[in-house]
Amino acid sequence: MLQLIQNDKISELVNGKRVITKKPELLAPAGSLEKLKVAVHYGADAVFIGGQEFGLRSNADNFSIEEMREGVEFAKQYGAVIYVTTNIFAHNENMTGLAEYLQAIEGVGVRGIIVADPLIIETCRRVAPKLEIHLSTQQSLSNWKAVKYWKQEGLHRVVLAREVGAQEMRKMKEEVDIEIEAFVHGAMCIAYSGRCVLSNHMTARDSNRGGCCQSCRWDYDLYENVEGEEIALFEDGDAPFAMSPKDLKLIESIPHMIELGIDSLKVEGRMKSIHYIATVISVYRKVIDAYCADPENFKIKKEWLEELDRCANRATASSFFEGEPSYKQQMFGFHAPKMKWDFAGLVLDYDQDTQIVTLQQRNYFKVGDTVEFFGPNIETFTMQVEQLWDERGNEIDLANHPLQIVKFKVKQPLFKFNMMRKENK
Amino acid sequence: MKKPELLVTPKSVEHIEDLISSGADAFIIGEQQFGLRLAGEFSLKQVNEATKVIHAANKKVYVAVNALFHNDRLEALDEYLMELQRIGVDSIVFGDPAVLMAVRELNITIPLHWNPETTATNWFQANYWAERGAKRAVLARELSLDEIIEIKENSQPEIEVQIHGMTCMFQSKRKLLGNYFLFRKEAMEIENRKENKNMFLHDKERKNKYPIYEDLNGTHIFSPNDMCLIDELTELFEAGIDSLKFDGILQSDDYITTVTNLYRQAIDAYFDQGEEAYEALKDDLLEKIEVIQPPLRPLDTGFIFKETVY
Repeated sequence: MLQLIQNDKISELVNGKRVITKKPELLAPAGSLEKLKVAVHYGADAVFIGGQEFGLRSNADNFSIEEMREGVEFAKQYGAVIYVTTNIFAHNENMTGLAEYLQAIEGVGVRGIIVADPLIIETCRRVAPKLEIHLSTQQSLSNWKAVKYWKQEGLHRVVLAREVGAQEMRKMKEEVDIEIEAFVHGAMCIAYSGRCVLSNHMTARDSNRGGCCQSCRWDYDLYENVEGEEIALFEDGDAPFAMSPKDLKLIESIPHMIELGIDSLKVEGRMKSIHYIATVISVYRKVIDAYCADPENFKIKKEWLEELDRCANRATASSFFEGEPSYKQQMFGFHAPKMKWDFAGLVLDYDQDTQIVTLQQRNYFKVGDTVEFFGPNIETFTMQVEQLWDERGNEIDLANHPLQIVKFKVKQPLFKFNMMRKENK
Repeated sequence: MKKPELLVTPKSVEHIEDLISSGADAFIIGEQQFGLRLAGEFSLKQVNEATKVIHAANKKVYVAVNALFHNDRLEALDEYLMELQRIGVDSIVFGDPAVLMAVRELNITIPLHWNPETTATNWFQANYWAERGAKRAVLARELSLDEIIEIKENSQPEIEVQIHGMTCMFQSKRKLLGNYFLFRKEAMEIENRKENKNMFLHDKERKNKYPIYEDLNGTHIFSPNDMCLIDELTELFEAGIDSLKFDGILQSDDYITTVTNLYRQAIDAYFDQGEEAYEALKDDLLEKIEVIQPPLRPLDTGFIFKETVY
């Protein structure tokens, strides 16, 4: 186990009690304006989004310039900022329109871009100097001397390779005065990012321009070629060769990351649902706040861990943070979906006097179901749905239409944008 | 027109002698602690020997220092670079900016070749790294012919392009083969297979076979086909590409020697006798490669004529 070392640079004594004064940024992903709003509302300090060009994840919805403007304005009300991913490795043909695009991003008030290709770095510096430049994990930044290089090149921040561990991060922070962003949660490449072109070969989709088809998650058979003879290195019934990593989860390492002085804690997943973003961000928010307020007496609560698991659909692991991951951090063989809870509804309104919630249905539920509410301003709680009405006040047994507006009684107060989930049996 | 350099990957010092006879102009050597996916493993002592042999023949020797470095290898990197300076090799091939930083700090005067493999995708980057000291840019293998030509037309540094052999399509820091055997509780398999480079992954759906091995740098997976441009060189010649590389990783000494000689013939035909001589010879050269091509390694033209979408 990693030893937690107190870092005096990030804390102060207030009335004899140590408090963390340098709170890291909690950085959330958002694939759409709705997700951006949820992320900010649920506690993200910053959100990264993709535009319609120059970013990876070409399958995500992605933002128009107008949507970026709206996102920036929304975030501003909460004191949050927006970054835009422009992290492709461009081919010659991708150079057109780059300057105008960066100027447009700068124009709507985006704080910075996340970028891998020096073409985009240098163009940004020239045409959109107000934007911060953050080096993308696509550059697989793995050592302090390379961090120093990018510092000398004038970058504001570097996102580390997923292969960098805690000790290495400490050394980087000691050697170089630059903001460091590290992943704390979500799906990961099993290859060094930027150094995988499986997709290009297998499906003619360029992984470094957003076309990744995740071939690393497929199963393969392992053989040996002995003087031209192909010998199977598996027997019937053996799990096939796989290189699928468990998803990253560093919730329990957050105190370590804070003490290391990491500047931004990044949650991955621009393709994920609003339920996922709300759950993950709200739990990490609680952990960061609790640790920073009172590191001495901090203890991670079991219910936080349980809550985080409610949006997980894959097994999780700590990856490289505490050292080289073993085979136990990969997935082999058949994996049943792990998701036990579904996002069932979004709170639109709550009437304090009548204790009636107005809810937008996001998944089937019915009278008698046990449901759980969570979100900002409330403590997570469960209850049973006793009676249900439709929008016009007609009594119904079940809410089975997508986005249907329903009402029912909830004794504990709720707030707009709280969410409801239910156990998936 | 200037003859392009024929750059090859020897497996040993002895092999270098054969390759010089076969017509190679330049060699990439190195060791896995600092360089990625080398055909042969050369200790510093062997680099020293190889350099003498290569320089005696008036040829060039480049040393691969293109690993993705973690903190723990930086000290050794400094010492290694100073040794290379002392030996007097002709270039240091790098991908990680840490090497550039170390070269500056140590006042290393050996020219740099920039080779980050998959991410060298446009001419702006080639010029960017040239401004920071790279004399040459080694292009990604995932580019089309038109893209390569446009890069050459717009680049300050020399341009190196792979024309033959397999290409790496994946590098993970994780020990994926070892992990698979451990998962199956077959730790013995790992012990027995330390130097084994004969394994491949079978992709049943695509009917492809991808070579795979593990070393200090993690797990490497390679293309299912060997790229072969021996009959498609005209446009690369015309574009003035400076260096044509045959990567002989996972091939036998004899194969590398023979194929080197066939490319020598192709280059000489074009530049000594003219395009027609090359055109007349090229199908014959291709046939000679087909004859010695290992059964599990079909030939193709890589991404030269292939379009990728995204």
